Amino acid sequence: ALVEEEPVEIVDKSKWNGIAVYVDHEDGNIHPVTFELIGKARELASKIGHEVYCVFMGSGITNSADELLHYGADKVFVYDDEKLKNYISETYTAVFEDFINKVKPSVILVGATTVGRELAPRVAARFKTGLTADCTILDINGETDLIQIRPAFGGNIMAQIVTPNNRPQLATVRYKVMNSPERSDEIHGEKIICKIDGRKLETATEVLEISPKEKVKTIESADVIVALGRGVKSKDDIKIFEKLANLLDGEIACTRPLIEAGWLDAKHQIGLSGRTVRPRLIIACGISGAVQFTAGMNNSEYIFAINKDEKAPIFKTAHYGITGDIYEIVPALIKRIEEGR
Amino acid sequence: MKIAVCIKQVPDTNKVEVDPVTGVLKRNGVDSKMNPYDLYALETALRLKEQYGGEVRVITMGPPQAEAVIYEAFSMGVDDGYLITDRAFAGADVLATSRAISQGLKKSGEFDIIICGKQSTDGDTAQVGPEISEYLSLSSVTNVTEIISADAKSITVKRTLPLAVETVKLAFPCLISVEKDIYIPRLPSYLKKQATKDRKITLFTLGDFDDTDPMHYGLNGSPTQVQRIFPPEVNDKREMWQGESGEIVSKFAGKLKELKFI
Ligand SMILES: Cc1cc2nc3c(=O)[nH]c(=O)nc-3n(C[C@H](O)[C@H](O)[C@H](O)COP(=O)(O)OP(=O)(O)OC[C@H]3O[C@@H](n4cnc5c(N)ncnc54)[C@H](O)[C@@H]3O)c2cc1C
Ligand SMILES: Cc1cc2nc3c(=O)[nH]c(=O)nc-3n(C[C@H](O)[C@H](O)[C@H](O)COP(=O)(O)OP(=O)(O)OC[C@H]3O[C@@H](n4cnc5c(N)ncnc54)[C@H](O)[C@@H]3O)c2cc1C
Repeated sequence: ALVEEEPVEIVDKSKWNGIAVYVDHEDGNIHPVTFELIGKARELASKIGHEVYCVFMGSGITNSADELLHYGADKVFVYDDEKLKNYISETYTAVFEDFINKVKPSVILVGATTVGRELAPRVAARFKTGLTADCTILDINGETDLIQIRPAFGGNIMAQIVTPNNRPQLATVRYKVMNSPERSDEIHGEKIICKIDGRKLETATEVLEISPKEKVKTIESADVIVALGRGVKSKDDIKIFEKLANLLDGEIACTRPLIEAGWLDAKHQIGLSGRTVRPRLIIACGISGAVQFTAGMNNSEYIFAINKDEKAPIFKTAHYGITGDIYEIVPALIKRIEEGR
Repeated sequence: MKIAVCIKQVPDTNKVEVDPVTGVLKRNGVDSKMNPYDLYALETALRLKEQYGGEVRVITMGPPQAEAVIYEAFSMGVDDGYLITDRAFAGADVLATSRAISQGLKKSGEFDIIICGKQSTDGDTAQVGPEISEYLSLSSVTNVTEIISADAKSITVKRTLPLAVETVKLAFPCLISVEKDIYIPRLPSYLKKQATKDRKITLFTLGDFDDTDPMHYGLNGSPTQVQRIFPPEVNDKREMWQGESGEIVSKFAGKLKELKFI
């Protein structure tokens, strides 16, 4: 052949050890997705006899790092530097590079937060390695290859993806997809303070201002959701369902047609073009169960659905399907709960 | 201002099906369209041009028929189009896609800013923008919701974070990925469509790039491998409750109590 074939570089997988978790945080307040990922990392690591690492970068964060040791990290690598006060993709990538070269982890899990979704691809491209987005299931085989399952096409199909010839292997995972481990009172593992050459943290990018968004109760953070669909006949009737939500200490959410009708604010919309929620309990009232809706809630722990049409697709998603009229069931349920108090 | 926008052709529907025997996506008979998120990137670019002058080019990687999205961009007011197309690029994951687009962007001339959509509706990773910025050593921000101002050397934008809104100043050249709804995309104009229907698109194949190593592109240059594709699981451990509503309500309340919600 005229073209000389470059031999494919075979990576020596035995040189890459450990399951690492990127610690997502704002000013040292650790995002809970981090703990969920430590839990997953522990499970994967125990299958292949590896350790669990955390990489924590920021300014004034050294003390917060202890918290990670309550969740089962073996080693927490801390880069505490004034120049890392604000997240900037170039400087954080430089720190990540330093960490990877030093530690050579086999797997890196990153929360699919705004920062994680920007940082992970930059790091993957720097190491010319694979990154699988928004994984919902993770496993590992004897070759230390991460088995990554993720939805694509808006949740209409699932793909199983591996990165067999490159290390590290990167994956992002959304919040509330994995289960958080229990916080242990005892501390386990150690904190390792790392330094990086300040010249690597130079950047032309300037964060001029950070203004907090108004803190609102979001459906994403709710443990219990009462979700309303077109089975609700008028804007006024929402009150009935709000009462149920209040009794259960939950929030009201809805399908897209109710947003379009102007009955509720857009931030209440569940689904593909709305929010993804994963409450412990969701009660779908008068919702047909279009895939654009269920894609945003099908990971909820307990799904109840009330619909008068026994063939409604929502019953494929619900764990407990109730055939009936929401205007009968819900007021009766409210009465029952109130009586039980 | 020299602006480049990355646009992708995607299937017109995301109700795709998997062949249960071969495990391959059934793509036949599916129409294509421009990735809807890229319309926001285009609109942002055209507004920057209107305000600060300059030119807007689009670049896409795909099969020859992906030129359709370039013509659509022309009819919205874009000046130039580049199509990266070669069998060597087929089967690319994000790493290989971003490498090819970065090479194409370099060949297409100088730029101050590259604008990407938030994500595609098919692969749906939202990773291509940040990976291009790494290949080209550019500063970058994602989730841009507003352009504040620009001058000859820099652009200032707002980006949204879960708990905050950040104002960031980026020096040119740079890359931004814009949120949907940053601006309402304009409709294609019939007159512009007529005027640009014969405009030439520049084609790039592997031989046109600085890096012509075929192992860097397509399936060969993709570290991720899709092992199988399957439909999402239907939850089968479900219970149906039917019948007299008083009974159902008792069951319902009982279950909520058992699960410690009441
Ligand atoms: C690109 C795209 C994105 C989309 N994104 C979203 C999204 O993010 N979120 C979303 O929700 N939708 C989305 N949609 C719309 C989606 O396809 C559905 O149209 C929508 O979810 C239907 O809402 P629904 O279930 O409330 O209404 P319907 O489909 O009209 O269902 C109403 C249901 O209520 C039942 N019902 C009526 N009266 C009663 C009663 N008294 N008691 C009990 N049951 C009753 C009926 O049997 C029926 O099943 C999207 C669509 C597209 C094309
Ligand atoms: C089911 C499935 C799952 C996949 N999962 C992964 C995965 O986890 N990791 C992985 O590395 N690859 C994955 N891929 C491959 C990936 O989808 C393709 O590499 C694709 O070319 C680019 O990624 P994207 O569609 O996710 O684009 P995104 O990163 O979502 O697109 C963001 C923006 O980048 C620009 N852009 C994207 N593609 C092009 C293009 N071809 N031309 C011009 N501009 C473009 C647009 O501005 C777009 O708005 C998957 C593919 C399938 C079919």
